[in-house]
Amino acid sequence: MRMFFARIQGFIKYKDLMGQLVLRDLKLKYRRSILGYLWSILNPLFIMTIMAIVFSQMFRSTTIPNYPVYLMSGQVLFNYMNISTHGAINSINGSASLLKKTYLPKYVFTVSKITSGLIDCIFSIGALLIVMLFTGATFSWHLLLFPLILIQLYVFCVGLGMFLAATNVFFRDIQYIYNAITTAWLYLTPMFYPIEKLPEKLIFLVAHCNPMYAYVTQLRCLTLYNCIPDMHMVLYGCIDACLALILGVWVFLKTQDRFILYI
Amino acid sequence: MNDVVVDVRNVTIRFNLASEKIDNLKEYVIKVLKRELLFQEFLAVKDASFQIRRGEAWGLVGSNGSGKSTLLKAICGILKPYKGEIIVNGVISPLLELGAGFDQNLTARENIFLNGTVLGHSMDYMHKHFDEIVEFSELQDFLDSPIKNFSSGMRARLGFAIATIVRPDILIVDEILAVGDYAFQQKCLKRMDEMMSGGTTLIFVSHSIDQVRELCDHAVWINKGDIMQVGPVDEVCDAYMESMEKKVAKK
Repeated sequence: MRMFFARIQGFIKYKDLMGQLVLRDLKLKYRRSILGYLWSILNPLFIMTIMAIVFSQMFRSTTIPNYPVYLMSGQVLFNYMNISTHGAINSINGSASLLKKTYLPKYVFTVSKITSGLIDCIFSIGALLIVMLFTGATFSWHLLLFPLILIQLYVFCVGLGMFLAATNVFFRDIQYIYNAITTAWLYLTPMFYPIEKLPEKLIFLVAHCNPMYAYVTQLRCLTLYNCIPDMHMVLYGCIDACLALILGVWVFLKTQDRFILYI
Repeated sequence: MNDVVVDVRNVTIRFNLASEKIDNLKEYVIKVLKRELLFQEFLAVKDASFQIRRGEAWGLVGSNGSGKSTLLKAICGILKPYKGEIIVNGVISPLLELGAGFDQNLTARENIFLNGTVLGHSMDYMHKHFDEIVEFSELQDFLDSPIKNFSSGMRARLGFAIATIVRPDILIVDEILAVGDYAFQQKCLKRMDEMMSGGTTLIFVSHSIDQVRELCDHAVWINKGDIMQVGPVDEVCDAYMESMEKKVAKK
């Protein structure tokens, strides 16, 4: 219990550091670009337009009502997970010079990567709203529920990011394996296609074991179908987020004293 | 006021040389299968014990690779000792090695805040002391250019200015004064003197024995992880210099 309070105190002491690290990521991302933060909206918008054109040709026969919004609702969340965890994987190795010189809570670096990704993700949701506007989607009050989905996904990404960052300290292979894993993950998440297109055996597996499916489906409820997300999906999403967080924190705490010997 | 601020008790710090070379899965699996995961241990510090009291100034001397920096890291809490314990009463301010806390692409202004929060200060505190830091580092004209364009001396100034805005209980200085021009070195030494008269404890690592003699009142001599001698600065420095000269004469 005393350990717990000490950690809370440490978190309060270093919360400004967290803010500074997030700010650094955001500032450096668009430094010396003319449009700056506008790219956070424009970039997903451009990519989405291209993908929507390409994939709507390929899946013409399917009965998805508003394909661009369908596609983009998935992309926004998956990209956030993908980019932020790829950032987190090197967060400890990349901060070696600091961690070797002064005592700092190490998770600050990992969590700040996930947090700066979240801010980018919120910009992309702005892009999603623009697409909804242009495709004539209906806006309903259900859209206001989107922070609830982002919270689940954020917790999930923090857990996953901490797990990856900790293991990558000891085995640098993790970052390369993870590249392949996320590619497979991308195609196993019904993003370009409806889930019914998958082989029957896979449908059950994807629907129950792929956390991203739970989050994407929830967001589609809000943007596409104007309904409250299915309680099962919310439950899966929350359970997956908690499991990831517990695993990540446990591995991280277990190994963090040895980081210094490997970075 | 005679209380102990740093209590080093029978501290041994161990590195595992064998496993340090393995940082990919393939090698790890092969070694496990071949049962070659040997424990090649290397003791960087062996059974060190000494006590530092409030207001004292300690110098750590020893040849390269003798374990000085390892011991400092253990005192800062970065490394956990393998055996023994280190009890620290008070706030430690480590003087980061040049540029270690800086992000090369950020400007000096942004780095002041980043580095300040790295040292555990709040943003309010940094806003309050911003002008003081700029004034001490004498970098007013370069505040908005990226740190990557700074010379090592300029970085050292900034680093020193940030680390010493707070009056820490324990100030750790590791070889940082080697760069920087003479005037700035004197300015730093003066500031360290001021802090010490205000009750700050100093732990100082340097290869410049003259600086150690000038600043410190106690010293620890480490050689290949063994504590050779602990005591008043002149005694330890004399013994250390004597052994170094013998070494030189042998060659």
